[in-house]
Amino acid sequence: MSQAADLPLWAAIAVCFFLLLGATLALIGTIGLTRLPSFYERLHAPTLGTSWGTGGVVMASMIFFTVTGARPVFHEILIGIFVTVTTPVTLMLLAQAALHRDRAEGNANVPPSATAGTASGKDAPAAGAAD
Amino acid sequence: MSVLPYPLLSLSLVLMWMTLNSFTIGHLILGGIIATFASWGMAALRPHKPRIRRWHLLPHLIAIVLYDIVRSNIAVVSIIVTGRRRRHRSGFMTIHLELKDPTALAILAVILTSTPGTAWLEYNSSDGSLLMHVLDLVEEQEWTDLVKNRYERLLMEIFE
Amino acid sequence: MSVTILYYALTAAHVILSIAMALALLRMIRGPRAQDRVLGLDTLYVNSMLLLLTFGIGSGRTIYFEAALIIGLLGFVATVALAKFLMRGEVIE
Repeated sequence: MSQAADLPLWAAIAVCFFLLLGATLALIGTIGLTRLPSFYERLHAPTLGTSWGTGGVVMASMIFFTVTGARPVFHEILIGIFVTVTTPVTLMLLAQAALHRDRAEGNANVPPSATAGTASGKDAPAAGAAD
Repeated sequence: MSVLPYPLLSLSLVLMWMTLNSFTIGHLILGGIIATFASWGMAALRPHKPRIRRWHLLPHLIAIVLYDIVRSNIAVVSIIVTGRRRRHRSGFMTIHLELKDPTALAILAVILTSTPGTAWLEYNSSDGSLLMHVLDLVEEQEWTDLVKNRYERLLMEIFE
Repeated sequence: MSVTILYYALTAAHVILSIAMALALLRMIRGPRAQDRVLGLDTLYVNSMLLLLTFGIGSGRTIYFEAALIIGLLGFVATVALAKFLMRGEVIE
């Protein structure tokens, strides 16, 4: 908190706004994770925290450290890029795993595979390194 | 095989290395060595380079996606907060895509999944059908229009 | 003035993110199926990364941001591995 003393008021308000926006979005996403009834609906909830939840907190941190000039802000940019690129990959893989498990157990509430057998071939090219 | 098969990848790796450590000559050399080896490893993994035909449309795509993420954030927040009082209908839907380029499909998958409210589930490359899950499936045609006209057309212009 | 505002905002963000982590943990414990638990774990990772970022803003030390990067990396790899296991491992519990 040592650098915060020379922070102008407008910057402090902007930092607080983005910080609380990001934290609240992450909380709402997690509330959705606990409240929504089925797995495929719950799949949408964490993206709130990873899109603008992370965006808000990263933005607050960038404003704070740019205005106070305490240190360069490359870590935040890297974290932002990293979260944006990796979250879709994990969610897609998780959704495919859930579909696969539901189909293997014969649950009626998931759509059947379009072509039985080789359905998931090249649907996650973004996961190139992970495959 | 050329010395640097992926110049953009190598450059960004060097930049990342130096931002995480410090901007000195020593870290430039060390990061350069690591980036060279990493791009060789990349070349051994995947021989096909993605081709981007129209660079100038990329900022347009990014702006559209950022705007849509803000909009769908608000929509999903209102669904979660109002909760059970207002019934929303969620469900699966199938879209037939004409996009064939793997890089463009990867970008479309990242866009659809990172936007709250839509999730990319399964793509079948033989007939180009995409199975996706939508949180607020009131009007199926609306979502089809969003994917086909808003994203797919732009991606086809960029990549094909 | 700005120190006071920042102090309260940071404390509020800490509390909010801690509640979010607790809720994600609740989903992880409650299940009901394995993919729900993995999704809860992924959300827990993201929320703890955000919490570390707010700690970093409060203290101004770079070490928190590096820790946040590492948590992000580990969370990604862990979730991908677990999802792959769900797909290829034992399918029926």
